Order: sequence, then structure tokens, then C-alpha cells
Amino acid sequence: MIKVENLTKYYGKRLAVDNISFNIDKGEIVGFLGPNAAGKTTTMRILAGFLLPTSGNAWVADYNILSQSLQVRRHIGYLPEAVPLYSDMTIRSYLNFAAQLRGLDKKRIRARIEEVVEICHLEEYVDVLIGKLSRGFRQRVGVAQAIIHEPEVLILDEPTIGIDPIQVAMTRQLIRELGKEHTILLSTHVLSEVSIICQRVIIINEGKIVAEDSIENLSSMIGGSRRIRLEVSNPSAKVVERLCQIEGISRVSQEGSQYILECSTGEDPREKIMESVVQNGWTLLSLESVEMSLEDIFLKLTTKKESDQ
Amino acid sequence: MRNTTIIALKEFKSYLASPMAYIVIGIFLVLTGVFFATSPDTLIETSIKGFLGSGSILLLLFASVLTMRLLAEERKMGTLELLLTAPVRDSELILGKFVGSLGILIVMLVLTFYYPILLRLFGDPDMGPITAGYLGLFLLGGASLAVGIFASSLTSNQIVATVVAGGILFALYFMGMLASFLPEALGKFVNFFSLSYYFPDFMRGIIDTRGVIYYLSITALFLFLAIRSLENSRWS
Repeated sequence: MIKVENLTKYYGKRLAVDNISFNIDKGEIVGFLGPNAAGKTTTMRILAGFLLPTSGNAWVADYNILSQSLQVRRHIGYLPEAVPLYSDMTIRSYLNFAAQLRGLDKKRIRARIEEVVEICHLEEYVDVLIGKLSRGFRQRVGVAQAIIHEPEVLILDEPTIGIDPIQVAMTRQLIRELGKEHTILLSTHVLSEVSIICQRVIIINEGKIVAEDSIENLSSMIGGSRRIRLEVSNPSAKVVERLCQIEGISRVSQEGSQYILECSTGEDPREKIMESVVQNGWTLLSLESVEMSLEDIFLKLTTKKESDQ
Repeated sequence: MRNTTIIALKEFKSYLASPMAYIVIGIFLVLTGVFFATSPDTLIETSIKGFLGSGSILLLLFASVLTMRLLAEERKMGTLELLLTAPVRDSELILGKFVGSLGILIVMLVLTFYYPILLRLFGDPDMGPITAGYLGLFLLGGASLAVGIFASSLTSNQIVATVVAGGILFALYFMGMLASFLPEALGKFVNFFSLSYYFPDFMRGIIDTRGVIYYLSITALFLFLAIRSLENSRWS
């Protein structure tokens, strides 16, 4: 459904996207994961027809983004990172305008507005001015706008950024439901989000694809390196030493009164840590497992690649 | 065509929904009204020259104010991303914006019809110069709007857009004054491109084809530049 070949984009002299290629099949939900300024937005903007690539090529729904841009835009629903809303319009008039731009006829527009408003849970607000809506609602209006013409492909740029946790959960649920009918490419810098919504993930950093795999494969590849954060009071110099002796812990580092324990294998050493804490007579303040940050993953993936070579 | 209409209608409606258009039209009517009422031409010739003369200069100013938000605001608010990723050609988008603002210009000019109506009620004005004058004003206004749209396509800052548009328009308008200081041949050449050169003819009731073509060419040129500037933003 989406095919990208050697796509490169320079902003002036700055390289934003560096020769990337990937494929997305029909019906897939693919996560585009990377830190800020990794090239996610640029790639999505090129696919959506907002920008043109410096070199390389891409196809969306079998239409070429260079020679058939209008066709591509007809088959894509796009939610940009900054939701493109007119604050002086009501949700209804805005969706009406968006649908008209996509070439829907009057009768269909009326029916589709009812449908997308229901899908995005905006029924009560349909005649409210967009400028008066909160961030979460605006985000949903953005999604409604993207799906109003029933596009085959949906491109969502950071759909859950800047909204509160309840809204995030709602939006994720919404995306999963949309995934039943649409092919979706969504970007995020939240690792856990990808594993909740997506079937496959493309990790991008500094304009290059670092890894591309199914969620299961990727988590097993980087899994096993679980991290645990431990906080104890009355610490002594021996804490690090004692902790290192626990089976299954490969490295211990100290950050103030907190200790970060890296576990070598897939097993869960938390019980043993507890035992050790009790035996040594420390007072336990907290013990929690820490999710790997994106930086850790990149470090892991890039060092892995180098050692493979 | 369909897309152009959609955008033009949306633009026209959002003019009516914001105070800007009312303020601009209000000030335009007050100022031209004062010039119309106090101009000796009104009473002596029963002509609307007082209105046309001041109106032509005021149009330059107000066209840059009316058009400043058309693209600069879209760029700033990120809504340009909606328009440029919709299946709409860049030319349709620019043309739609132009037609929408032309709608406001027409409203503004139609509201001034009470000047000639007053003359008709109390005197016997020559309708030729009035008709030609309005045509000239409309063509000049259209060209000014096109310049304004081009300026608005360059930046995301509305103030910058107004200043650039005003700069281009007043430079083109007053270029004619420079002509008298130049050698005759060169002066004639410069005059040829001046926004103000053809306007007095229209005021006198002469519809000169060269004048019509000149204003239409300026309009087309700046709309074309605006389209190119939009296309260019996809590459940068």
C-alpha cells in the first residue's frame, strides 16, 4: 500500500531523511518510532504530498507521489503534527469544508459527517467553535478530518502528543478500530504506544532506518535487558557490591540514593533483590522496573549492528 | 473550477465572520465619503472624481490589509498543510483565495454606489466616466489583491506580508513620478509599468485597451508568482 524507495530530503544543507526505503502492506498498522527531529514528520509530509523529496521515490495506493500527486492525496487521510484547524469554524462547517476539498458530493458529506462525528465521539460538540475546544477534542477533530473521505491509507503524525492520559487511551482505541479498515502509518516517540497499537515498527534515527521488524521480534531482540530502579535508605558503600552479587544482575549504577540494576537475562530478579535488601538490613523505599528509553534502544540496536559486522 | 469555488466561498465567508473586512470597508467608506463630499469636482462637474482619486490610493493600502492573512495565517496556523495535502492544485488554491478577496472588493465598491446615486438624484452626471471609473477601480483593486496574495505567500508573518504588499504597490504606483526625472524615452518606458499611469484615463471616461490589459497582466503575473511561491515551499 505504501512503498518508499531511497527517499532523501535535504532542508537546505541539512539532511533530514537519508536514503530510506520501506514497504507497508494493505491492512497493516505500522509505527514510525524515533526521537524528535529523526525525520518522521518529513517522511510523512512527503508521503502526504505536502513536501517533495530531494531524491528517491514513493508510491501510495499504487500512485506515484511525484507524477500522480493529486491521486495520492485523494487516497490518503493525513493528520499533521500541528492539527490544521480553523478556530473560527464550528466542527460541522470545518468537516464540511474538509470533505468538499476531498471532492465528496453534498449528500455523501452530510452522511459522512454524521458517521465520523460518531466514530470520534464529537456528537455533542458538532456546532461548537473549534477555537473553544480543548487539545484532546481538537486532536479528534483532526482525526475526523483525516477519515472523512474514507481513505485507504491513513498517516497520523504523533496522534497522541500533548493530550491527557484518558484522551490518549481513547485515541489509541480509536486508531486500533480504524486499523480494521485502513492501512495506517503513525509516528510516535513513545515506545509503549507502538507495542499497544501497532503490528510492526520502523525505528528511525537521524534520518536513517535503524530497525524494522514486528513488535514481537523487536521486543525479544531488545528484551531480556530489563532494568530495575531500587531506592533504599541508610545506604552504605557495600550496596553496589552486594547487589552485584545477585544472580541475574549484570551491572549496577548509582544515581544519588537510587540504584539502577541492569538484568542480564530474561528472568525477573526482583524477588532475589528483596531478599538481599532484607538480609542486609536496608530499608526499602521503592523497587520498580524501568521501561527502556528510546535512547537505550538506539544504543542497543546500533551497538548490536556494529558488533554483528 | 469546483475547488476554486469551494475555497473562494470559504474565504468570503471567513471575511464576513471576522471584524477585519467590516473595519476596512467602514474606513474606506468614511474616507472616500469625505473626499467625495469635499471635492470641488463633485459640485462643479457632478463627477465622482473626488471619490475615484482618493479611492484608487486607499485601495492599494486596503488591498494589502485584506489579503495579508490569506496565506500567511494558513502557514502560521499549520492549516496550509490541510490545503496542500488535499487533492487541490496550487493554482486552484491561489485562484480561490483571489476570487474570495475579489468578492469583498466588489462588496466594497457596490457600497460606494450611493455616490453616483446621490449625483443622479440631485444633478445630471455623465454616466460614461462613472462607469469607466468603476471599471478602472475594479481592475486596479484586482491587481492590488493579486500583489497582496503574492506577498502573503512569502511569509508566515501577516505584518511582513502587509508591508511587502504595500511596498510593491506603492512603488508601482508612484513609479510614474520618477519618470519625469528620467530621459524621455526611459521615462515613457517606466510610465508604461506604473499602476497610476492608466488610471486617469478611466477617470475621464476612456476605456483604453492597453490600460485594461496592463491591469489584467499585473494581476496574472502576481497570481502566477504566488503559485510558484507555494510550489517552492514544497521543495524547501
